[in-house]
Amino acid sequence: MDQGQSHRIRRRLLALGHFIGLLLAMSLICLPGLWVVLNSFRPTVEIMAKPPVWIPSELNLDNYRAMFGGIGEGGVPVLTYFWNSLVISLTSTVIALLVGMAGGYAFARYRIPGKSAVFVGLMVTRAVPGVALSLPLFILYGRLGIIDTHFGMILVYVALNVPFTIWLIDGFFRQVPKELAEAAEIDGCTRWQAFWKVEFPVARAGIASAGIFAFLTSWNEYALASQLTRSLNSKTMPVGLMDFTSQFTLNWGGMCALAVLMIIPALVLTFLVQKHLIAGLTFGGVKG
Amino acid sequence: MYRMRLPPWLLLLLPAFVILLAVVAIPLVLSFYSSFTAFQLTRPETITKWIGTFNYQKAMGDANFWAAFGRTVLLLTVALNLEMLLGLGLALMVAKVTRGQRLLRTMMMFPMMFSPILVGFQFKFIFNDNVGLLNNALQSLGLTDVAIPWLVDGSLAFFAIVFAEVWTSTSVFAILILAGLFAIPQDPVEAARVDGCTPWQTFRYVTLPFLMPFIYIAMAIRSLDVARAYDIVQVMTAGGPARRTELLWTLIGRTGYVDARMGYANAMGYIAILLSIVFTVYFFRKLTTARTSLGMGD
Repeated sequence: MDQGQSHRIRRRLLALGHFIGLLLAMSLICLPGLWVVLNSFRPTVEIMAKPPVWIPSELNLDNYRAMFGGIGEGGVPVLTYFWNSLVISLTSTVIALLVGMAGGYAFARYRIPGKSAVFVGLMVTRAVPGVALSLPLFILYGRLGIIDTHFGMILVYVALNVPFTIWLIDGFFRQVPKELAEAAEIDGCTRWQAFWKVEFPVARAGIASAGIFAFLTSWNEYALASQLTRSLNSKTMPVGLMDFTSQFTLNWGGMCALAVLMIIPALVLTFLVQKHLIAGLTFGGVKG
Repeated sequence: MYRMRLPPWLLLLLPAFVILLAVVAIPLVLSFYSSFTAFQLTRPETITKWIGTFNYQKAMGDANFWAAFGRTVLLLTVALNLEMLLGLGLALMVAKVTRGQRLLRTMMMFPMMFSPILVGFQFKFIFNDNVGLLNNALQSLGLTDVAIPWLVDGSLAFFAIVFAEVWTSTSVFAILILAGLFAIPQDPVEAARVDGCTPWQTFRYVTLPFLMPFIYIAMAIRSLDVARAYDIVQVMTAGGPARRTELLWTLIGRTGYVDARMGYANAMGYIAILLSIVFTVYFFRKLTTARTSLGMGD
């Protein structure tokens, strides 16, 4: 009896510890981000107040109004940045997925001489730091005249994402039994039809998870974009954040407002595919 | 009929090869060439001025370069290990939750949605010595009276950068390890319990070996992504004050764009790339070994 009771107390304590630990970890993860969101509704004066104002006296949309307002009144061309970001990220994600599907399919279904060397070779291209790449790309793009264009940025982001999409999608196609496609071919499908009608639908979840990674990478990339974009033609939102800084001051409230605008699409997309994301990483991981 | 000469796998991989060749390989060849010249961004004609291995020799003898190199390796080691341990802990805690796990998983991925540059600004403000959130909180709680110079003092600034790094990237580890926890077959775990293993023994000798491939994948992905640290550090301290938080990438960026000494910057860039490749190949090796030992290899 006594032993059972002490056992029960110990289990309660463990559960309590688990709960507190989880609470602590989650607040550490979420608070800095929520603080940014909160600040986007407060005037900069209050954010910078000394002594600090913990409980905001009023929340308003002034920062958002200023941001969407005219250029002269402290606004930034945020809609243009948003549009540039959206076009560049979406296009590069779609292209990276198509190229990744072709490559992943090749790795999953064909015998390739020196397979693992080719594979590591592909991944190593991703190891080149953006800033080391941006120097020569800057020169090259300057010669070709594609600095500050959507095309130039899309090209870079496709290259950035292709190794990773190939890796993830490869893992997913491996999960699809070869026999499935073979059966479809026996039933009169061409290999092309078998791919789109049988293998693609099964691997769709994995492709979605590769897509979200590619999208987040392009959506959030700064090191390359800051060198290869110059004007409203192609400036993306991460670069646009810099508009809120000047030599000695920083419009923190306005920056937070733009930050919220950046996070919302990412949040929605991640929430939609988060289940597939975990499944996708599982397959890509173990069976790679 | 016309027959394809190329094997189908090559045809399928061709788009990937072409794009990577155009955007990564050719620029790298260009930068490799320019690293042997006295190329200056402001004087384009200097790209033909061949100076041999001078830039590399200069980098080898440059104390600033080696300080940045050492600091980069230190940051990588500290950040990757911390992220791994915290990610493991987080994943184990989240996996135990039965209700509301989907919400927790989404919350866990929250930092991944933040652009690194945004993370930089966010922590620049949290760690600001005058109006920063952290100092304000410490002062309001009465823990300290002085403004702790988080981003000014060398080692405190390094701590702040590690904190920002760990904050953004622990979720990558947590998600991959969580994916691993879901994939673990239950039989060996139960067998261990029946055989009288303590929970710790079960974890150490059954669960952990199964998780190793996932941990190495996360390590490989993160070591590929280390250039993210450039954005964060650039915003938080820009390598300063007085180079005390200088990393390879901030040093290279400044040399190339601000000082316009492209040739020298490219030479240092090559050394940085080699470092990245060494880390990546190392973790891929580890990954293959861990997979083979579990019988999941190719």
